[in-house]
Amino acid sequence: MIEVRWHGRGGQGVVTSSELLARAALLEGKYVQHFPEFGPERRGAPVRAFTRISNEPIEIHTGIYTPDIVVVIDPTLLTRIDMILEGIKKGGTIVINAKRVPDKLASAAKDLDLNLYYVDAYTIAINIFKRPFYNTPMLGACVKATGLVKLDSVIKVTESKFKAEIAEKNIIAIKKAYEEVKRYE
Amino acid sequence: MFVQLKLLLWFRRESEMGKIIGLNGDEAVAYAVKQTNVDVIAAYPITPQTIIVERLSEYVHNGELEAAFVPVESEHSALSATVGAALTGARVFTATASQGLALMYEILWIASSLRLPIVMALGNRAFSAPINIHCSHDDAMAARDAGWIEFFSENVQEAYDLTLIAFKSAESCLLPAIVNLDAFILTHSLEGVEVLDDNDVKRFLPDKRPIYPYPIDVEKPTTYGPLALYDYYIEMKRQQAEAVKEAYGKIVNIMREYSEVSGRKYSPVKAYFMDDAEVAIVVLGSAAGTIRTVVRDLRSKGEKVGVLSLTLYRPFPEKELMNAVKNVKVLAVMDRAYSYGAPGAPLFSDIAATLYNVEEKPMLFNVVYGLGGRDLTADHVKFVFNIAKEYLRKGIVEKKEIWIGVRK
Amino acid sequence: MSKKLLGWKEIPFAGIIPNTPTSLEYKTGTWRAFKPVHNKEKCIKCLLCWIHCPEPAIIRHDDDSIEIDYDYCKGCGICSNVCPVKAIVMVPEGE
Repeated sequence: MIEVRWHGRGGQGVVTSSELLARAALLEGKYVQHFPEFGPERRGAPVRAFTRISNEPIEIHTGIYTPDIVVVIDPTLLTRIDMILEGIKKGGTIVINAKRVPDKLASAAKDLDLNLYYVDAYTIAINIFKRPFYNTPMLGACVKATGLVKLDSVIKVTESKFKAEIAEKNIIAIKKAYEEVKRYE
Repeated sequence: MFVQLKLLLWFRRESEMGKIIGLNGDEAVAYAVKQTNVDVIAAYPITPQTIIVERLSEYVHNGELEAAFVPVESEHSALSATVGAALTGARVFTATASQGLALMYEILWIASSLRLPIVMALGNRAFSAPINIHCSHDDAMAARDAGWIEFFSENVQEAYDLTLIAFKSAESCLLPAIVNLDAFILTHSLEGVEVLDDNDVKRFLPDKRPIYPYPIDVEKPTTYGPLALYDYYIEMKRQQAEAVKEAYGKIVNIMREYSEVSGRKYSPVKAYFMDDAEVAIVVLGSAAGTIRTVVRDLRSKGEKVGVLSLTLYRPFPEKELMNAVKNVKVLAVMDRAYSYGAPGAPLFSDIAATLYNVEEKPMLFNVVYGLGGRDLTADHVKFVFNIAKEYLRKGIVEKKEIWIGVRK
Repeated sequence: MSKKLLGWKEIPFAGIIPNTPTSLEYKTGTWRAFKPVHNKEKCIKCLLCWIHCPEPAIIRHDDDSIEIDYDYCKGCGICSNVCPVKAIVMVPEGE
């Protein structure tokens, strides 16, 4: 079973990313769980969402405390290193939205033997949406970095989630980030 | 363990013809309700049940469901409107949670006393104060004496399946039925749900009307809910008590029938590694799956632990429970609700009462957990098993009531 | 009442009473302390008593003459009160 934790801010669509990943895995015949973290819903406040993917039925219904994968959708959260790394498994994977990897995060990731991936989802989002919608490009980056599901599956569920015009733009963003995401060495 | 897992995988393979879709608990309930071809929905939205009401109103608006959707001004009115609709012989549905259930309270008893086959989904949420939107079983427990059938779902698939089972049970027993699903843990979690084909639903739940055998007819005036004082009230209550008792066997058969239709096995209690368990947990709702994962883990280390979860809570599965725990030495009863000043929280009291006259019975202790959405983790479950093992070793229950996951 | 009361297995399902109105079985006329007596000679057939009787225990005939239904009249005296010509008077029961 793979557990994913998503970090973003209220209103950025972090919950949608987690949901689309779960739906893509479901499409591939896997067992899934997706759940947002609920509290007072405030635009701009840090929020989290969670995804579980498994080849066997998922019986556990607890929060996720030791994720295999952490995706940080919002670049302004990158200073919150403790929050990003909390509980992550040794040898796990982090995917961040950044032009360049902050030094502190890079060294912390190295200490934990993590695989660190980064993509400039900000520029991708601004070019495609003219607005900072990072969630779908970060999903594309996550899929490339982790190989959790096929890109094709993500595109299919994105098509059924949104109206045609919106889906098209999101798919472009997903593909762009999928191509551009890089491993930090 | 492998046998159980294989069984689950077998069901999965067998059902590959069935449609598996991603739904959260609320959506799964709404989807099932749509498939029942319900006639009247009267509901007032409240977190965490809101999505049920939203989806159903969308289905009606889009023409996917031909039903009267009554947007009422309160939960008291929601259940009152549902009572009126059920009296006409219609198939009816409502949903609520927490404070909404509290506001419905007087009508709960009227619905059951009039023997109306109303189905209600309850997104189990803690009662105020302090205000909280997360999971406790307070609302389910507040309804436990009101004469309703009560089911508890453990995952999103069960929320879907039990909604269909609830309609058939309510209509066969002429009693209202509640489907409980844990706030957020199930209402807002997306899981893969295998839905039945519309025609299979129709075969399981025939589309006949009227559902209520004495429907309102303006040509034939009838008195419903007459005045009955000390000359007749207790006879009416005795009749109602018997109806709820009799419902048990009918529900068992309906669950069996549903298992055949769906390929997913349903029964009032789910026993997991109970045959040779020395210590065991009994629980309701979404915690069951978490506990099963811990049981698997501990079993692999040779520990004789088990878990029993109740899918049917009212009428209470007394015989099955007695049978399931007959070899258990220490039983931890986990309650996600509390009963202030009572000798035990609700489930504990039920189980203690069930076992009192049994000669060979386990020692019991009560574990209060998860109130207001506090997560029940695998470590909490291990902690409970450790206490049970300690009591087994010492041969005595040192503390009858333990709260877990609470800061000191 | 001397009627045999039914047991819980005999009473109708959920206490539903299908053959309404069963209230006719209750002869409320036995509750009276005062009894209305109607004087046909004085009556002007205005029907105020018929309108006001809460029971209703004033029987209206085709020609608008009235008769008191003593099986159900509780003796409240409203008819006597509203009668503009004092054609209904209340007398103690048994006299």
